[in-house]
Amino acid sequence: MRAVTTVTTARAVRGTGPVRLGIARGRIELKHSLTYWPDIVQTVVFAAVSLLVLFLLRGHHVPGTSFSLGSLTLPSLIGMNLAFSGVLGVSGLISVDREDGTLLRAKATPGGMQAYVIGKVTFTSCTTVIALAILLAVGRLAFPGLSVTAAGWLTMAWVVALSLLATIPIGIALGSLLPNPQYIPLVMLPFGALTAISGIFYPITHLPGWLQGIGQVFPMYWAGLGMRSALLPPSLAAVEIDGSWRHWLVLLVLAAWAVAGLLAAPPMLGRMARRESGSRVAARRERALVRPR
Amino acid sequence: MRYGTREVLAGLDFDVRAGEVVAMLGPNGAGKTTTIEILEGFRMRSAGHVSVLGTDPAHAGEQWRARVGLVLQSWRDHAKWRVRELLAHLGGYYARYATPEIPRPWDPDELLDLVGLRAQAAARIGRLSGGQRRRLDLAIGIVGRPELLFLDEPTTGFDPAARREFHDLVHRLTDRERATVLLTTHDLAEAEKLADRVLILAGGRLVGDGSPDELALRMSGQAEVRWSRDGQRFVHPTDEATRFTRELFAQFGESVEDLEVRRASLEDTYMSLVREYEQCGP
Repeated sequence: MRAVTTVTTARAVRGTGPVRLGIARGRIELKHSLTYWPDIVQTVVFAAVSLLVLFLLRGHHVPGTSFSLGSLTLPSLIGMNLAFSGVLGVSGLISVDREDGTLLRAKATPGGMQAYVIGKVTFTSCTTVIALAILLAVGRLAFPGLSVTAAGWLTMAWVVALSLLATIPIGIALGSLLPNPQYIPLVMLPFGALTAISGIFYPITHLPGWLQGIGQVFPMYWAGLGMRSALLPPSLAAVEIDGSWRHWLVLLVLAAWAVAGLLAAPPMLGRMARRESGSRVAARRERALVRPR
Repeated sequence: MRYGTREVLAGLDFDVRAGEVVAMLGPNGAGKTTTIEILEGFRMRSAGHVSVLGTDPAHAGEQWRARVGLVLQSWRDHAKWRVRELLAHLGGYYARYATPEIPRPWDPDELLDLVGLRAQAAARIGRLSGGQRRRLDLAIGIVGRPELLFLDEPTTGFDPAARREFHDLVHRLTDRERATVLLTTHDLAEAEKLADRVLILAGGRLVGDGSPDELALRMSGQAEVRWSRDGQRFVHPTDEATRFTRELFAQFGESVEDLEVRRASLEDTYMSLVREYEQCGP
């Protein structure tokens, strides 16, 4: 009898940690997103618009080569999408969760905030990889010249992982700063401008030097460059800065953003979460109700 | 407690004993929500000493959080989740805080039966009615078998039937689990029905503290006697209801009908305490 009690207690005390709960959370949210039609429509529309853009670029050639601009842009778009889901996706999710009280619920649960963050990382990584797989599958059928070698898959793996690691913390930090979801366009606008100077739709080497400089500060350019290096034939490196894929710099810049983000995001999220309370969530709702739509 | 230079709570001093159900009453702006949020650890205080389950909530960790349950004014979270799914998931966070005395968490199916949501187990939370949503909130509040449960205006917006059901639920809960409950409400009948003890706040100060009966006794001087005689209704406020009634019968005997002696209710006490405070100021 005594032994039985001890065993039960030992198991109960161990319980499930925030990491496993967070992954479970991300998995459940992924399931909801994949069965929730507005989310499905959003993913499909994004993929369709991307492929349409690529299709329109199909007839154009990368300057100085006979390579299709559409094929060049596909990996860049995947790189852009990595930055989009990490920064815009996560900050949007956080500001919505803050508005509806999901974040407060996490705060009211023991270990809830840790699991919340792990859940968001899991969810975002999965949705990003799914979107990437769709783009890649359809893109490889529609566009010639994209051949992935074993080394290319390996490059893709570390570029995707590192890009998410570099951008998700930025998303968490921005999401903590946004007072409510109405401010999401404020993040979206500079993001659009950044896309224009990150060499996504046209080689960055055709921009003025100072814009190239600004573009190279942010992770989007490096995510795109990394993806191009994984998916394009080596000869295409010629249209890049220095005529090289600059793998070490891709690694270094993305890792630097990851470290900076991982240092900055938790205290910012913590500061925001500390100030959340029932009356704050209620007050925001009151304001949301009177806000003109 | 101050917001900027405005003092919102002052000289607030009370204890809640284990197993007690305490209701906090007061007009809007009296500081009820501020008080409860300080106790929940969601709001930092500018001064004073607070101890909840032996710990200062401003610096409490996850272990403390596991022993406390919350039902806030209105939740809209996790709208895409299914009812049972969320309950089972949130229960998971409490498993590691189980003790031989308190098994945690509560079994989700048992809990759904308790709050009457078995039929909605697979429903999307965003599709629940207002009353169902609040019952789910209560279920989430207690899924970790809290030793202390905060209910912040739990029945706001309820229709009378839903309110009645919610009260029965809280009764069942406090009888079965012996949980300590601190609730805020605007509904005096609710406080009278649920609480062992009532705290009345006005202007950030405690102006009344006692059981609903004790508080009503303070006003016992003002009972009201109603009767009818020869088809005519009479009302007479009196300090000594018993003597007045005896004299009434001595004088009119059998012609006194429909006799009713109304002692001051909690509502009367509440109104007079708050009015007294507002007239005299702090």
